[in-house]
Amino acid sequence: MNKQLYSTLIFELSRHGRRGHSLPGYGTAKKFVLPEKFARKDTPALPEVEEPAVVRHYTNSSTNNFGVDTGFYPLGSCTMKYNPKINEAAVRLSGISDLHPATPDACAQGALEIYRRLQELLSEMGGMSEFSLNPYAGAHGELTGLMVVRTYHASRGEGAVRRKVIVPDSAHGTNPASAAIAGYDVVECRSLPDGTVDVEDLRSKLGPDVAAVMMTNPNTVGMFEKNIPAIAEAVHACGALMYYDGANLNALLGVARPGDMGFDVMHINLHKTFSTPHGGGGPGAGPIGVRKGLERFLPMPRVVRGDDGMLRVLDDSTETPFERTELDPLGRVSSWLGNYAVFVKALAYILSMGKDIEQVGPLACLNANYILNSLKEMYELPIPGPCKHEMVFDGLRDKSTGCTTMNVAKRLLDMGFHAPTIYFPLLFHESLMIEPTETESRETLDVFINAMRAIAREAAEDPETLKNAPLHTPVRHPDENEAALHPKVTYQSLAADEV
Amino acid sequence: MHPYLPHTPEDIKAMLERCGASSIEDLFADVPEQLRLKGGYRLDAPMPEAEINRYFRSLGRKNADLACFAGYGFYSHYCPAAVEAIASRSEFYTAYTPYQPEISQGTLQYIFEYQSMIASLTGMDVANASMYDGATATAEAMMMAVAAGKKRRRVLVSATLLPAVSQVLATYAEGPGIILETVNEHEGATDREALHAQLGAGDVAAVILATPNRYGILEDLEGLADEVHAAKALLIINTHASTLGVLRSQGEWGADIACGEAQSLGLPLNYGGPGLGYLACTHNLMRKMPGRIVGATTDADGQRVFVLTLQAREQHIRRHKATSNICSNQGLMTLQAAVYLSLLGPEGLREVNETSASIAHDLVERLCATGRFRMRYPEREWLNECLLETAEGLSAQTVLDACLKRGILAGKVTGENEILVCATEICTPDDVRNYIEAVEAL
Repeated sequence: MNKQLYSTLIFELSRHGRRGHSLPGYGTAKKFVLPEKFARKDTPALPEVEEPAVVRHYTNSSTNNFGVDTGFYPLGSCTMKYNPKINEAAVRLSGISDLHPATPDACAQGALEIYRRLQELLSEMGGMSEFSLNPYAGAHGELTGLMVVRTYHASRGEGAVRRKVIVPDSAHGTNPASAAIAGYDVVECRSLPDGTVDVEDLRSKLGPDVAAVMMTNPNTVGMFEKNIPAIAEAVHACGALMYYDGANLNALLGVARPGDMGFDVMHINLHKTFSTPHGGGGPGAGPIGVRKGLERFLPMPRVVRGDDGMLRVLDDSTETPFERTELDPLGRVSSWLGNYAVFVKALAYILSMGKDIEQVGPLACLNANYILNSLKEMYELPIPGPCKHEMVFDGLRDKSTGCTTMNVAKRLLDMGFHAPTIYFPLLFHESLMIEPTETESRETLDVFINAMRAIAREAAEDPETLKNAPLHTPVRHPDENEAALHPKVTYQSLAADEV
Repeated sequence: MHPYLPHTPEDIKAMLERCGASSIEDLFADVPEQLRLKGGYRLDAPMPEAEINRYFRSLGRKNADLACFAGYGFYSHYCPAAVEAIASRSEFYTAYTPYQPEISQGTLQYIFEYQSMIASLTGMDVANASMYDGATATAEAMMMAVAAGKKRRRVLVSATLLPAVSQVLATYAEGPGIILETVNEHEGATDREALHAQLGAGDVAAVILATPNRYGILEDLEGLADEVHAAKALLIINTHASTLGVLRSQGEWGADIACGEAQSLGLPLNYGGPGLGYLACTHNLMRKMPGRIVGATTDADGQRVFVLTLQAREQHIRRHKATSNICSNQGLMTLQAAVYLSLLGPEGLREVNETSASIAHDLVERLCATGRFRMRYPEREWLNECLLETAEGLSAQTVLDACLKRGILAGKVTGENEILVCATEICTPDDVRNYIEAVEAL
């Protein structure tokens, strides 16, 4: 790529008078004129660029990006599996995508069928009674799930006393953040040296003031919480609910179901377990499921099948939502019925996999254990395997070289891989969390393993080179402190600065 | 073998050997027997790709192909082919959040461009990397204002917000204990006198209004910012993004936070999702913003590069003390919006609005001329969406059904005798004529 020509911002390609799109311009008898009072005074600083330059700009920009289609993306806890192309084709069919959300139900039966069928399939695989697909992302699912918990306790007259949500110290940051936004006090419980929840510590924190316990299983160190039946029993005995964070559900496809483990409420990240693309940060989808008896606490609107077989959107959201009391139903968390286009992709994936989806968990775990056993001589393994779908190393085994997990991650970029998740979970100083997923072949894993071994050798033989990584990426190590100290988050502020 | 799964029996055997296991089952020895899935899922056999294609085509035929005169927060604008072409680049759509800036400059750069465009459109200093949708963006704006307002708990919300937005606000407000109060409407717009009185009662963290509002009406917000600021509250204005091509921006009205739905910037309808929530604010609120923010800096070679920045606000660092629980953005949608705005430029976006408004005003005039409708709020100004009242004895549902038979989605029925009608630049003269004829035939 010619950097001089193409490493520009789109604003820098702008020349007054150019444009990249022609509009129909249907004539009307009268041309509408906006009254002065409502008209904007300035012209928005949007670029003026011809279509070829726009396309070349973004196409070149895309080559500075690394995606699952580019190469191996072992980002722990993110389940970067292959995103099948039929998913994308299905959603682009005009009968599927070109549908206004206010379309009457009778004219949107195809869309509602997609929603309903995916609900049913997720209920089957989650071991739950009912799903709402409305939440937009994993964190949104957590938040909505905790609102379901809150509404449930309020319905039993215990809303005011159950003020706490317990999360393990190994939990994703979204768990405590979602609990706080849902209005709960967050209580952390300890992990044992083997990475699983300390059941005694958890028990000591249970009581009539606890609303829910949030758990990820397998947890964030890739271990199965084998004490889950005892935990669920103790949590239920104190009247609290079990919340399942579905971030790591991929490990259990074909193996076990959250509903059977005693979880009451759960979310699923369709963009992890069900192959919908991560889109550079979104759109995701975080459907939430509930066990039998909790269905009525799910958010509005819902999709239901009438006695006549017709699917309908049920929406009893009130026109005066601010007058609601805590005894009222949950209400709404989204403008419409969630990220429908993502549902299309997840449904296409599940149909394509069919019964073969039962191989996903076992093969994902096989891939992870293959890497674990291939690297444990050179990388510090704080928790012995077997792991489930991912493993956490605590940096290089030989700490004397001064080379860190950050160095290892950056060197992987030079070698054509995305980095693993680093410095998470917080249980270890040099966490390096690798999740290969089931769609990677043995050959790919071998090349990755060889790269990781070469990096470990380099740490011993030439640590300075390793510490300067990356050396061959489109850009080098950025000055992140400068970015935070003197934030320039728009072209306007950047241009003002460069003048 | 399934096309997405590469493992041959030989691979599995060799890999198990390395693991010191005799079967994959050994790797699950820690999963108690009582928890194991018994008998597998109730699922069908894998479906070949051609059948999946056929299945979704058949579902597509169960969705009616309609000329769209409905808005209500989601707008049927044309999506240029180049937007789709760029968004189909899998280097973009198969990437995750840009945690590794050295190999994510593509994503980081378009988010930076998107932030710049949103800041300029809204007339605000800074914008974040986007939120889930317009309603949740407004809820995040509310929480942000309350966090900035220290101990103030009251938030005044105009009755003219879209109901879905108010409902999401109510759901979000309960956890943090925010007290929401409705500001009544008067003739289809926010009752400024009522607002004045409510502000006077004190303890107000923020005032939330929308323009165009739920009836398509342009709210006159002259002097409002001064009034809100005098009460030491923040002003939040929700506007659907496309209209900012011509409408006085939130910044020009003196807002502190601008938010809303940006689906109208070249995103397909997709039955309501994914949309694109935007959030922008003044400089002094920047560190209170939720979500991802991309900033410019330099790399080790002195090149200009982009990174995720101001992360000390976020959940992976702050955990339960974070400004929000959000950890993603609508990445791919921000790309689409950025490409759309690059293609249209300021002139194109102005034309989209002028053409849409001209068609809408023409349509409404002709609908009223049939004698079957009248404008609900004839004294108010509006752009491309207008609330109509049906004539006595004619229900809005009857109009809707009659139009559906001719392949027209007549609008959003909002009451027994009310229908909210909207037009965009892709409503053809034929579409308009068909609509009028359907009404005349009633």
